[in-house]
Amino acid sequence: MTSLSTTPATAVREVGEGQKDDAQRIERIRQAAYRIRRNALDMGEVQGQGYIGQALGVADVLAVVYTDQLRYRPEDPHWADRDRFLLSIGHYAIALYAALAEAGIIPVEELESYGSDDSRLPMSGMASYTPGMEISGGSLGHGLGVATGMALGLRHLGNPARVFNLLSDGELDEGSTWEAAMACAHHGLDNVTAIVDVNALQADGPTAGVLRTEPVVDKWRAFGWHALRVDGNDVAALVSAFDELREHRGSPAVLICDTRIGSGVPLLENREKAHFMRVEEHEWELARTQLQEGLAR
Amino acid sequence: MTSTAPRKKLTTSAMIASFADPGQRTTSAPFGRALVRLAEERPEIVGLSADLAKYTDMHVFRDAFPERFFQMGMAEQVMLGAAAGMAEVGLVPFASTYSVFATRRAYDFLCLDIAEPNLNVNVVGALPGLTTGYGPSHQATEDLAILRGCPNLTIVDPCDAVDIEQAVPALAAAPGPTYLRLLRGAVPTVLDEYDYRFELGKAAELRTGRDVVLISTGLMTMRALQAATRLEADHVDVAVLHVPTIKPLDTEAILRAARTDRLVVTLENHTVMGGLSESVAATLAYAGVGNRVVPIALPDEFLAAGALPTLHDRYGLSTDAIVAKVRSELGGVAWPADPVPATA
Repeated sequence: MTSLSTTPATAVREVGEGQKDDAQRIERIRQAAYRIRRNALDMGEVQGQGYIGQALGVADVLAVVYTDQLRYRPEDPHWADRDRFLLSIGHYAIALYAALAEAGIIPVEELESYGSDDSRLPMSGMASYTPGMEISGGSLGHGLGVATGMALGLRHLGNPARVFNLLSDGELDEGSTWEAAMACAHHGLDNVTAIVDVNALQADGPTAGVLRTEPVVDKWRAFGWHALRVDGNDVAALVSAFDELREHRGSPAVLICDTRIGSGVPLLENREKAHFMRVEEHEWELARTQLQEGLAR
Repeated sequence: MTSTAPRKKLTTSAMIASFADPGQRTTSAPFGRALVRLAEERPEIVGLSADLAKYTDMHVFRDAFPERFFQMGMAEQVMLGAAAGMAEVGLVPFASTYSVFATRRAYDFLCLDIAEPNLNVNVVGALPGLTTGYGPSHQATEDLAILRGCPNLTIVDPCDAVDIEQAVPALAAAPGPTYLRLLRGAVPTVLDEYDYRFELGKAAELRTGRDVVLISTGLMTMRALQAATRLEADHVDVAVLHVPTIKPLDTEAILRAARTDRLVVTLENHTVMGGLSESVAATLAYAGVGNRVVPIALPDEFLAAGALPTLHDRYGLSTDAIVAKVRSELGGVAWPADPVPATA
């Protein structure tokens, strides 16, 4: 395999930094998203499998969150005042590991251990394994409930940290997600930001056929949330949406992100959509080339 | 023929019924009061309930510390998930609902959000076993069986108000997750008559006896003590080992009690499947002790609705039923029936 992309030296990002120049800001995030995708491809190649389609789809969202929005200290993942990012969808761990490397929380060199025996980077994200992994996801419909308690607790303690929860659209099938949605709204938790990755695909096929979740925005609004919907692969749109949500007060906020499975790699974007995407051995190099070409445009 | 006999007083299958005997000393809401006392010392203690604060004695805490009580609505999954989140940020939550909902409905959340990360969350389940006549929807007859398999989880089945009052600070002090089988409302006060202190993970010998050893947990310890007194009149010497912590089990104390030629009887307010009796039997078998264990427990059935005293008699948990069972194990019909004298 090729060497993993290295992260440029990045210091702690406090809110407000890097917002001086929008074009510069967006370009910086695009570069980060490129490295997240590139690292995810390399990790997928090591195992010959993985949720690579989802990782490519959500890379822009994670790049914005980890390089532009979250407050954290890479050298101190348990810093009490950090913003929390909760990954309910444990199988997206491949993308989050790449983002944690981008954030400087885990070393880039460690990514190649993804999914191996004794690795700190198991296929499904677990808090006890990985620095910066706040919860053990995987059993879907848990993240927003835990986020509810963290947000209630942080507010009770007078801690201004924010709690983010990345859900998938499939996770909206789970009743517990809506229990938590009601609780966040009832308690006025404006320190909660949910992010719903709508890739319109779940394990048994397209979301529309498995269990219809649309109209997603209307549902969240009916539950008392401030809801926005953007193209989740448009960095500029994501940045302005997150900026707006940051200013919102009085109710929890949700950003619905329409993402494309395989985004950034046309070979995979145009492949028949599958929850667990098959990539042939010879295709990894081609995928990297296409990704590189996309960045240049 | 005219009937002059008074009509039998109707009994009730209402949700909330006390299992205290008529005239028995009780303490009101011992859990809620103990939590308030603890919270006065420990500011990180918080309470949650899923629309059952009033029926789990959590209302006492809610009224004393309204800013530290979080109403989660009739939504047990988010209540346990949120309790985990609160523990993640440094609070020590007590989350109360009925046992059936904490275990059957929200088990995935108890298991993965609370137990797997080994968080200090204290789940408090009311109406454990057969403590309501409301029927299977509210009778948590298999909560211990569900939870014993959950790694990291400490499980406590208190006997009375004394046990509960002493258990609450111990549960908060234990670093990992706990499950308390709550006795609510007017709770019998029994153990203050014994030289006893609740100690997490420890069984306690409340009585010694040469003929029989009753190994009991939860409210059945109260019944075991009553049965022991009754059997004393028959010159049967009965020991009682109270096992308030179901997990981790005090196997040393159990082995000490059961390596014996006495009759070994287990008593629990729980189905015979997967609770105390099987725990004791396994403890003996694993240690190569071949003693027979006589279980007094609920049958492997969905139970009937009805009045608690009726149901405790029917399913073998009443003191009368225990006395009868022990007598029959000791030698069948030779023992006089009680309370009606055989020689009437």
